[in-house]
Amino acid sequence: MSPPVTSGNRLASHPMMQLVLSRMREFWRQPAAVFWVYGFPLLMMVALGTAFRNRPVDKIPVTIVNTSEAPAILKILQQDERFVGPGGEVEILSPEECKQQLRTGKTLLIISANTSPGADYTFTYDPERPGSLSARNTINDLLQKAGGRRDPLSVSNNEVREPGGRYIDFLVPGLLGMGLMGGGMWGVGFAIVNLRIRKLLKRYLATPMRRSHFLGSMMISRLLFTVTEVLILVLGARWLFGVVNHGSFLAVALLVILGACQFGGMGLLIASRAETTETVSGLMNLVMLPMWIGSGVFYSVERFPAVLQMVLNALPLTPLIYSLRSVMQDGASLLSLLPQIGLISLWTIVTFALAMRWFRWQ
Amino acid sequence: METPAIHCRELTKTYAGRPPVEAVRGIDMTVAEGECFGVLGPNGAGKTTTIEILEGLLDQTSGEVEILGMQWRHAAESIRESIGISLQETRFSDKLSVLETLNLFRSFYRHGITVSEAIERVGLEDKAQAWVKNLSGGQQQRLAVAAAIVGDPRLLFLDEPTTGLDPQSRRQLWDIIRRYGAQGRSVLLTTHYMEEAEQLCDRVAIIDRGKIIALGSPRELIARLGGEHVIEFTLTPNATTLNQSENDWTQVNHVTGSVYEDGCHRLTVTQPHLVIPQILSHVEQAGVQLGSLTTRHARLEDVFVQLTGRHLDDTPEVPA
Ligand SMILES: Nc1ncnc2c1ncn2[C@@H]1O[C@H](COP(=O)(O)OP(=O)(O)OP(=O)(O)O)[C@@H](O)[C@H]1O
Ligand SMILES: [Mg+2]
Repeated sequence: MSPPVTSGNRLASHPMMQLVLSRMREFWRQPAAVFWVYGFPLLMMVALGTAFRNRPVDKIPVTIVNTSEAPAILKILQQDERFVGPGGEVEILSPEECKQQLRTGKTLLIISANTSPGADYTFTYDPERPGSLSARNTINDLLQKAGGRRDPLSVSNNEVREPGGRYIDFLVPGLLGMGLMGGGMWGVGFAIVNLRIRKLLKRYLATPMRRSHFLGSMMISRLLFTVTEVLILVLGARWLFGVVNHGSFLAVALLVILGACQFGGMGLLIASRAETTETVSGLMNLVMLPMWIGSGVFYSVERFPAVLQMVLNALPLTPLIYSLRSVMQDGASLLSLLPQIGLISLWTIVTFALAMRWFRWQ
Repeated sequence: METPAIHCRELTKTYAGRPPVEAVRGIDMTVAEGECFGVLGPNGAGKTTTIEILEGLLDQTSGEVEILGMQWRHAAESIRESIGISLQETRFSDKLSVLETLNLFRSFYRHGITVSEAIERVGLEDKAQAWVKNLSGGQQQRLAVAAAIVGDPRLLFLDEPTTGLDPQSRRQLWDIIRRYGAQGRSVLLTTHYMEEAEQLCDRVAIIDRGKIIALGSPRELIARLGGEHVIEFTLTPNATTLNQSENDWTQVNHVTGSVYEDGCHRLTVTQPHLVIPQILSHVEQAGVQLGSLTTRHARLEDVFVQLTGRHLDDTPEVPA
């Protein structure tokens, strides 16, 4: 516990310091809030990172109709690792059993030999099923090569598996942006409405406390919370998935600060008039929902139609995530991100100005 | 002349709305430096509205306010440095301790007493480390007072400091307020407990529907009833058996006021020992019996009833 304020301790007895301390204490003493701010983004990262991790090799489940040729076909297929081991065991079954397997989705494709005149092999499959066409082509290639086909052209494959180009590398900057948004809005907005409901805002106002000290302390505590939040996410991503930052750390830090200010301003604006927690949470979800979906947290904005993209690109979260991604994934410089940074600054200035104008202390 | 702690003239406040609410309708009052002044009135009388205008938290619709000789328009900062406030309802942060809460409030003031002294003055030493949510109602009120005095104000505003407290907690708070006033500081408090005003206040203003209906020291106001004593009695069978003129006792010598309400006669009298025998003989003549008879000193409550025909804890009627 902190000692009582003495006149000698100037810093500790400064109103800003006391206001920030109070905010921090209140936050840390609320386990639920700590979980949502710090634990949740981390859990999300683990869940999504694991679900979409690059699987070693996709196995292809196929069946061969039981004829005298079946063992030969099996031998050809087993030269490829996709037809060996768990998930890729090739089975030799009767025609009826094969059909049954196909119907129930246990196999992607049935191979039968010499069924019709003029065809060496027949492939039976449902072209609508994901993976069945690629299974067909793979098997076709293998059989053709075994039959003596020579490819006229030579091709080399360059598969990206190293850190930087994976989904998790794409995801982490998105989650960072999302965390900055949620943290700023809830951290500032909710806290203020709560103080207003408790009449504490009014009580503060009845003291000589400077309003600028109060608002400043809100922003400072926000930034302090953000540091922890960002460190947890970035270090977690590094230890768990080997996600590294390809750009400069200073650039990331600067973007994080800009983002924290931007969404702190939005939180302030949303809370400037709200009198109940229902109002404020409703408003916040309303504002945040389009950005969760459309600002490129989980998938690129480019997946949306061009007209919509113009709108989405103007939302506060989109330029932030775009910039974070460009720096972290491609090592872009801040200079190349001036338009995005400009947009973020614009949002920050506008929201703060409006919040200051509309803010109701009681 | 010494500058008064509070001075207001023709203060009015109308809340916009449909219909607009005239919460305060012309209040004049002057609170001298060192005085403990009580604003007394039923629910909705306009006490909170008045005190919040004086505290600079609400803008008046019209009228003038001076606090310690300063005006809100020109010297808000210095007024705030020299007053302490406890609002009618404030819920301090649940998860901060008493000490942390007071450290915060202390930091807002340039001058003041130490936090430990404030804690000591309200007797919360044992609870200094306790979280606010673990305090009893009385302890929370004492914390509110501690937060109000931590800036060592010359003038203290307390809006219903003891509402909802048990008698013991109420007494504790009275002692705290009394000790504060004993230092020559001024206090303005609102209450709807008559006893509180009588115990603490040098002067009281009784307000009803946004207007002061009586102003003076508790003694003066009671003296204005004409009698210092109250006799209350009931009759069996009920007094309706007495005819109308017999319900009015003001003809009787030494009776200065008479109210008949819910079967109970309430007389304000100057000389109870001379009035009681007359009551008894009247009762005998009318052929009814005395149900109960009590005498007590007149209270501020009686003043309010006399002036308005209502009790303080009645819900106010909608003004016509
Ligand atoms: N913000 C407001 N908007 C509209 N009307 C209001 C507002 N605040 C108070 N009133 C009305 O003004 C009148 C006076 O209210 P006020 O709170 O000053 O009374 P009070 O004497 O403090 O009552 P109580 O003893 O219940 O605290 C009431 O009729 C109340 O309904
Ligand atoms: Mg009130």
